[in-house]
Amino acid sequence: MRDVELKMKERAAALLKSGEVARVIGWKKGEFYFDPSPASFETEEELSEFVYNGFCGANLSKYLIAASKKPGKTAVFLKPCDTYSFNQLVKEHRVARENILVIGVECQGKLDIEKIRRKGVTGVTEVEEEKDGVEVTSLYGTDKFPREEILLEKCLCCKGKKFMVADETIVLHEMPETKNDRFAGVEKLEKMTAEERFAFWQKELSKCIRCNACRNVCPACSCVKCVFDNPASGIAAKANDTSFEEQMFHIIRAFHVAGRCTDCGECSRVCPQHIPLHLLNRKFIKDMDTLYGEFQAGETADGKTPLTEYTEGDAEPKDAFKAEGQNA
Amino acid sequence: MQDVTKEYSPNIVAFCCNWCSYAGADLAGSSRLSYPANVKIIRVPCSCRVNPMFVLKAFQRGADGVILCGCHPGDCHYVTGNYYTRRRMALLFSFLDYLGIERERTRVEWVSAAEGARFSAVMNDFVRTVASLGENKRLTDLRCKEETENA
Amino acid sequence: MLKIAKEKLGGLYGEISASMPLWLPVKKAGEVNYAPYKEDAEVSLETLKTVKSPKDLFFPQSEEMMRFKTEGKNIEIIDVRTEKQPFVLFGVKGCDFRAFDVLDNVFLDEPVDTYYKERREAATVVTLACSRPEESCFCKVFGIDATAPGGDVTTWLDEKYLYWQPNTRKGEALTEKVKGLFEEGGESEVEAQREKTKEIVDKLPFSALNLSRFKPENLNELFDLPVWQSLSEACLGCGACTFVCPTCQCFDIRDFRTNDGIIRFRCWDSCMYSDFTQMAAANSRTTQMQRYRQRFMHKLVYYPARYNGVYSCVGCGRCVNKCPQHLNIVKVVKTIGGEKHD
Repeated sequence: MRDVELKMKERAAALLKSGEVARVIGWKKGEFYFDPSPASFETEEELSEFVYNGFCGANLSKYLIAASKKPGKTAVFLKPCDTYSFNQLVKEHRVARENILVIGVECQGKLDIEKIRRKGVTGVTEVEEEKDGVEVTSLYGTDKFPREEILLEKCLCCKGKKFMVADETIVLHEMPETKNDRFAGVEKLEKMTAEERFAFWQKELSKCIRCNACRNVCPACSCVKCVFDNPASGIAAKANDTSFEEQMFHIIRAFHVAGRCTDCGECSRVCPQHIPLHLLNRKFIKDMDTLYGEFQAGETADGKTPLTEYTEGDAEPKDAFKAEGQNA
Repeated sequence: MQDVTKEYSPNIVAFCCNWCSYAGADLAGSSRLSYPANVKIIRVPCSCRVNPMFVLKAFQRGADGVILCGCHPGDCHYVTGNYYTRRRMALLFSFLDYLGIERERTRVEWVSAAEGARFSAVMNDFVRTVASLGENKRLTDLRCKEETENA
Repeated sequence: MLKIAKEKLGGLYGEISASMPLWLPVKKAGEVNYAPYKEDAEVSLETLKTVKSPKDLFFPQSEEMMRFKTEGKNIEIIDVRTEKQPFVLFGVKGCDFRAFDVLDNVFLDEPVDTYYKERREAATVVTLACSRPEESCFCKVFGIDATAPGGDVTTWLDEKYLYWQPNTRKGEALTEKVKGLFEEGGESEVEAQREKTKEIVDKLPFSALNLSRFKPENLNELFDLPVWQSLSEACLGCGACTFVCPTCQCFDIRDFRTNDGIIRFRCWDSCMYSDFTQMAAANSRTTQMQRYRQRFMHKLVYYPARYNGVYSCVGCGRCVNKCPQHLNIVKVVKTIGGEKHD
């Protein structure tokens, strides 16, 4: 991975030096190896803090909404899955395509520090990436884990290693395709009884602290003013006063991004309470695939989504359950 | 003593499109066909005016069942409105079911202006179905609930 | 000092909760937060940091303040408060306990927040000393001794025993009730554990943060630093940091219309939210940089200026762990506080 980082840094420096771009959006070193932050680099000197490693899971495409409005061109490093979000944002006219230079970067699956912590390793101070695994040094010892055990949820169901859009790419090693079984979690829930499903979601959603991290990180949530922030909407609520409020927020949010959600998995990555929010979005994706034919948001930067078109022979709402084999 | 034979009387919200279903309800009335008084009709310009939030809000405020009525596919006053409704509600209702909310509490029916009898039959059937499920407890705002219980 | 074998802790929880509600760290759907004890609750004292801090018990995320009923031109105001029953809050760590002092300064200052005060007075706080601090901890910077956190009762936990030391009259009253379950002893074990923990704390990566520049007299200088721009550029404007923070105390008061009345409730608010400073005329903070700056200036400059130099950060490190993009107070302190960010 080090060589990829080096190459990216070189390219960023060249772009800034030649003046071809005014800024490069990438990742910046954190306090530890595992906590890089998204950052915008405007000078070659600033690039000394540039980093690209296994913990650069953040999807940078949403930052382009602001960046593409600034003067000058912006270069951005996008992993294959991030390019779907980028296309979607271009399609919705939120990002001006001509102002962005998309550099696709190699991805071998990104890692989740929370998964390491959940294995009972506390006080992690250092993570070293090796070919098949990682060595974790903590205040209390060292551990080794295979990569697949600590991959981000989104990387367990990788959409593939193809760039949907890229002006140039930096790929130095082969990117092996991983098995994609992204509807397994949804199917498991569908097989439960309605009571069990309700109990499951009640338990999960009642953890919600309404911090809005899922919404604010979501590239599909690009409304200038969210209905839940708008006092005039009648449903603005800063806190969940009852169990209903959380449901309301998460149902409406999931519905609003249906057909536009690329399944980038950022919502689940950032949730401080680890609510499996991807299971909400994937239900919509699965239903749309079953009822209206397979569709992947962000595959292209134009065209319609399942909710903005129709056919005369569409399934009736009451038959929707049958098509999905959902348990009553 | 509680009367065990007495059926639960549910609150039903019916969103009816102005051009077909609302006229259908009108016809049911003028033809002296009855439908239960627990059905509260909300007139909308087109069934596709119904935002998913309306449905949730209805449940939140104490509805036990929500039904959407529009023109038959192909007959929309605005040509295509109800085609979008059909997709939206298929997804929304399937999603609510996925969250564990009883699927019988939600329904979409196409009722034309000439179908007064059908309107009455649909409403009677829906009220019966929801009544057998009892009170909606899974998708409700407790703050509103408490109030009604205290009252 | 008293001690109780670890496997008998269930009995202790049962005994306490028989007479009053007992709140402690409980695992639910994979996450540990404070919750009332029930027999089937999965208590997790070993978890160093609950996701939400225990401030919830005194300053709930959302609470009903009053109700209104209107009839014609008359408005009836209904006080919904009931007398607060005593309760026990168990397992509070040193940082979270210090955070109560920070909140007290605000809520118990004139005019006293009676909602807060009633809860505070009803609580018996049993703290738990840390023995396995984490990389994100920096309570030492704020002079907190995580190995002797204080409270009404201080406890220590090792592989075999929970050690129990009442500190106040409230703590002694609680001890009286459960004394039968304990045996005497444990001083030397506790002493040994404290020594060991202190050694680890001294070596923690953030234990030597330099706060020297965060002084009220530097307010203007710090406020105008251009570096806020780059520090905040990745901020999403979510409220994760503020809602997991044990000292964040901002709230909003809103009315909720029920079917036949109005509920006035207050809920946590976050200075990170775009409508936080929305007023009738305009919004005084229009950029995320301003909001971001506000949060840290409040913790490190405005609050100390008002309350005798006390910082309103306790170094619990929750924001370090929970920020979606890994922005946090440590980065701010390292960049601005004096020490160079390497």
